[in-house]
Amino acid sequence: MSAYMRRAWIVVWKDMLSERRSKESLNALVFFSILLLFVFQFALGPERARVETALPGLLWLGFILAGLLAFGRTFLVERENDCWEGLVLSPGDKSAIYLGKLAGNVLLMAVVEAVLLLLFTVFFGLDFTGVLPALCLVLALGTLGLAAVGTLFGAITAQLRARELLFPVLLLPAVVPILLGSVSATQSVILGQPLAVAAAWLKLLAAADLVYLVVGVLTFEFVLEG
Amino acid sequence: MRGATAPPNASDLMIQAVHLRKIYGPTSVLDDVSLELGTGHGVTLLGANGTGKTTLLRILATLVRPTGGSLCIAGVDAVKAPDAARGAIDMVGHGSWVYEDLTALENLRFWTVMGGHDAAPARLRTALESVELDTMAHRRARTFSAGMKRRLALARVLLGRARLLLLDEPFTGLDRAGRKWLGEYLMSFKARGGAFVLATHSFDAGIGVADRVAILAGGRIALERPAAGLGLEDLRRLYDDLAMGAEAGS
Repeated sequence: MSAYMRRAWIVVWKDMLSERRSKESLNALVFFSILLLFVFQFALGPERARVETALPGLLWLGFILAGLLAFGRTFLVERENDCWEGLVLSPGDKSAIYLGKLAGNVLLMAVVEAVLLLLFTVFFGLDFTGVLPALCLVLALGTLGLAAVGTLFGAITAQLRARELLFPVLLLPAVVPILLGSVSATQSVILGQPLAVAAAWLKLLAAADLVYLVVGVLTFEFVLEG
Repeated sequence: MRGATAPPNASDLMIQAVHLRKIYGPTSVLDDVSLELGTGHGVTLLGANGTGKTTLLRILATLVRPTGGSLCIAGVDAVKAPDAARGAIDMVGHGSWVYEDLTALENLRFWTVMGGHDAAPARLRTALESVELDTMAHRRARTFSAGMKRRLALARVLLGRARLLLLDEPFTGLDRAGRKWLGEYLMSFKARGGAFVLATHSFDAGIGVADRVAILAGGRIALERPAAGLGLEDLRRLYDDLAMGAEAGS
């Protein structure tokens, strides 16, 4: 394994191990997801057709709100005991740290998304088994884009005093293409249409992912240096 | 900093800081600070709170860009190419760079890999043994005292390949054995060709390990002397005259 990959991997390892032990983010996100489901249940009522129409939007609303909580915390742990300084002084390409943090966020979001999907199944009596592979593809593309922007903005705002305010203000407009593509593609998939129908949206998602990833990799060093 | 006898060769210089200035908004923190430190030498920085010791260390560590002046670390222009200089530097600052939810061993593993060094478990354990934390290897850092976290930070330094150590109050929180170990380590580090800058309020510990002593007052180096022959009482008197005098003047 190259030194670059070792650095990226050790960041994922450190973040996942810390999260497994503290469960700070995961507990909050799962609890938050359950609360969201309650709110949706009250807002939509028991009518199944209504739920199915609103489902793609609700799902992604849930993911984005969970992401707002998760991504904003990504770099806060680095402020404790001045670990941020250590990351700045580490030799080598700093984008390895970004990729490690991004991978950690994608994994965390994958768990939250799995829990949310399960809760939707239980709360609204929905069955995703027939569309699961296609849905996973849409979720993977959407989550990668969300996490790519969220990780970068999490780093930008971590050193700011008004970070809780600035983080969503910066993030939400930037994820509009992801949100549009993800909701539309999810709608197609849930309606049981072939993936080709959502091809344009999937291409948009893939392109947005690529752009956000490249921007994150190229700019992270400057963000870290402050 | 070299001994008083011979001027250092450019190739022997670990730090060459010339007319460094740092201004934060309307406040001048460092003003015209010049410092040369050769390989195999150590300097202790003394000064009252707010005189710029930590800022100077952070500039030397390439964590903060100076407002003016030039800085070379190990022959590399550290202002223009900080990343190139960082391979030579390690730091023990106010923060210990410790992740609270990782164990001592895991913390060392993380920083060793991040530094691009060999993270073999035996190597990590040896470093923990050196700072007498081997029995705590599998305890989470959250349960550590401030002194134990400081020891863990020093174990991290042992695993690196730094040629320049920047230490901000490294004796704080250490017990007598820890202070003694650190003093001996710094002497052996110098003997191996390393150089260090140590900011401290601990006069006796600082004077014991350094070749030169510098007193910062009002953002300037007000005095720089060889440590040899400088008694503790002399140093206290000089410090009171310079550091306290500057405080009263401001």
